[in-house]
Amino acid sequence: MSSQTAKLKVDPRDGKLAMAHFYVAFIALALGGLMGLLQTLVRSGKFELPWGIDYYQILTVHGVLMGLVLTTFFIMGFQYAAVSRTAGTHSPAARRIGWIGFWVMTVGTIMAATMVLLKEASVLYTFYAPLKAHWIFYLGMTFVVVGSWLDGAAQIMTYAKWRKENPGKPSPLLSFMAVINTVLWIVATLGVASTVLFQLLPWSLGLVDTVDVLISRTLFWYFGHPLVYFWLLPAYMSWYAIVPKIIGGKIFSDSLARLSFILFLLFSIPVGFHHQLMEPGIDPAWKFLQVVLTFMVIIPSLMTAFSLFATFERFGRSKGATGLFGWFKVLPWNDARFTVPFIGMASFIPAGAGGIINASNQMNQVVHNTIWVTGHFHLTAATSVVLTFFGISYWLIPHLTGRKLTKAMNKLGIIQGWVWFIGMVFMSGAMHFQGLLGGPRRSAFSTYGDAAQAAEWIPYQIAQAVGGSILFLGIILMIIIFVNLAFFAPKGEEEFPVGEAENLEEKAPMIFENWKLWLGITAALILFAYTIPFIDMIQNAPPGSPGFKTWSSW
Amino acid sequence: MHMHKFEKIWLIFGIGALVVFLSVVGVSAFYLGNKPPSCLTTIDPKKVDTEAPFDKPGLNKVEGKEWDYELVYVASAFFYNPGEVEVPLGAKVKVIATTKDVVHGFQVAGTNINMMLEPGYVNEIVTTFDKEGEYLVVCNEYCGTGHHLMSSKIKVVK
Repeated sequence: MSSQTAKLKVDPRDGKLAMAHFYVAFIALALGGLMGLLQTLVRSGKFELPWGIDYYQILTVHGVLMGLVLTTFFIMGFQYAAVSRTAGTHSPAARRIGWIGFWVMTVGTIMAATMVLLKEASVLYTFYAPLKAHWIFYLGMTFVVVGSWLDGAAQIMTYAKWRKENPGKPSPLLSFMAVINTVLWIVATLGVASTVLFQLLPWSLGLVDTVDVLISRTLFWYFGHPLVYFWLLPAYMSWYAIVPKIIGGKIFSDSLARLSFILFLLFSIPVGFHHQLMEPGIDPAWKFLQVVLTFMVIIPSLMTAFSLFATFERFGRSKGATGLFGWFKVLPWNDARFTVPFIGMASFIPAGAGGIINASNQMNQVVHNTIWVTGHFHLTAATSVVLTFFGISYWLIPHLTGRKLTKAMNKLGIIQGWVWFIGMVFMSGAMHFQGLLGGPRRSAFSTYGDAAQAAEWIPYQIAQAVGGSILFLGIILMIIIFVNLAFFAPKGEEEFPVGEAENLEEKAPMIFENWKLWLGITAALILFAYTIPFIDMIQNAPPGSPGFKTWSSW
Repeated sequence: MHMHKFEKIWLIFGIGALVVFLSVVGVSAFYLGNKPPSCLTTIDPKKVDTEAPFDKPGLNKVEGKEWDYELVYVASAFFYNPGEVEVPLGAKVKVIATTKDVVHGFQVAGTNINMMLEPGYVNEIVTTFDKEGEYLVVCNEYCGTGHHLMSSKIKVVK
């Protein structure tokens, strides 16, 4: 990596914008977490919501805040800082675009949140038609997406500037990874933007009477799976390029890291049908084709697992560890910046295995739309990804605010990580088991007319409430740490750790930065996986659906 | 680009396992016929009640088909019609369902019968009820305030 252009400290003006994103992200975490707690309590059957608040309303708040707001704001703030740190300070123009993006996203979030609170949009974060929310909800969501595009544009501009100033050189790894994730996000959000702009907005405004349900679902899931990779790749950025530096080791291979990110870009998008396996309107052959494409992401996942453990092992051996697992003991377990993301990484092993089951052509039938799925993404997104984000926060927030991660906060961070892990074992574990028995997802407490099968689910729901309560404790700890690091920790310098590759002579091949090539292959794969089924859906479409409002109002 | 020997072995093993897995899934789907439900039949969601077979929800005996009965369901917020049905033990049944309003789920808890019901589309699954008992049918896709109350019952009897 070129050390002349890569400043060691993020420019304070860039830091300010990144921090603005983090304020919104952590407010979303606090409010969304409270809603999550209330849900698990309601579902235990021992608690009812006061003041006419509806279960599905808080479910919508939880999903939107955690799944869309926390993640998008945190990722954009992190990537914006990472590009500034590795490719150089953003230009005034890029910074201005970044700020506009931030405000557009924030206004969009407020618009959507307001409509949910007014009970005009209890449609969950998937907002499946023909449930019809208020048009302001859809417009707010559009603003969040458009704002994130502007944020992403700022990162791409700075990356492009670096490339121009350093012809023939591979770009800094973290910047490269941030740009891949931004490109993935832009390509993916075209789907959700299309359904909202061309279908849901005109329909909710009353300009058209009906909506084509299957097309809106297909466009949603074209976005919905890459969305989870958009969450995951920043965690991978930290695992590949930051954690090695924190432990004092080296990146196993810079080139392999880049290759795995490119594979994620190629194979994360043309795979949405695996979320629609149980749907009536899609030919089984096309479903199977997308299942095959879905499984291709296992390859970069295996590469990632290998790289990470190779880094750990080599570091351990350099410290004199012997034996097959001797390296495990010498890792810096008393450093929250390492331990917390490590818990996230380890959780990804069962989480990934669950994902393989969900995406499988026929196995999906056993668990589809059961609470197993909820358990699955509470392991992937809410444990692997979120704990890694917390691990990033422990050094990035003090770095940006010019403060120190004190010993006390470091210790609290480690406690937080374990509290989260224990809470998730209860909650996600119970969800997985209940799902195998057929317990549905997205449901308030119900005995289904005292059915015997439903009675078997209730003990698991109580375990989920126990887990949810422990997790909420974890959220309180995290908020305490965040507020401390942002406002109260002692002034000082905290490092932005950027790992170096083990083999510095080996330069990454320039073909990795050939965007025409990778975008071309991405487009070709998408067209291959979607064109014919899409034409089919339009030609064989049933009469459209009018809108329905099936939830309770104030 | 250099690749470590162990990493090559790891990836060859991983990709090999992937190929085997996908072959098994593919053979199961296209040779043994274990495909996910994809009925590909459309219907006008406003006319569900008047069109066959949804004008007569419930269990209907059929002749000359690969299955003995057709079990027809009409889903709407927040009911299934029929609300309860008895199926003879061992019967081979084609479950046929659609929705009159929003998207619903159709899942027979404790079995592999699981499908999405979407307005405008008919979905179906063929199954054999070979275990006696009471099975709960639940809606597993959010459909509104009464989502958690939406259920039906299948009694498998001798």
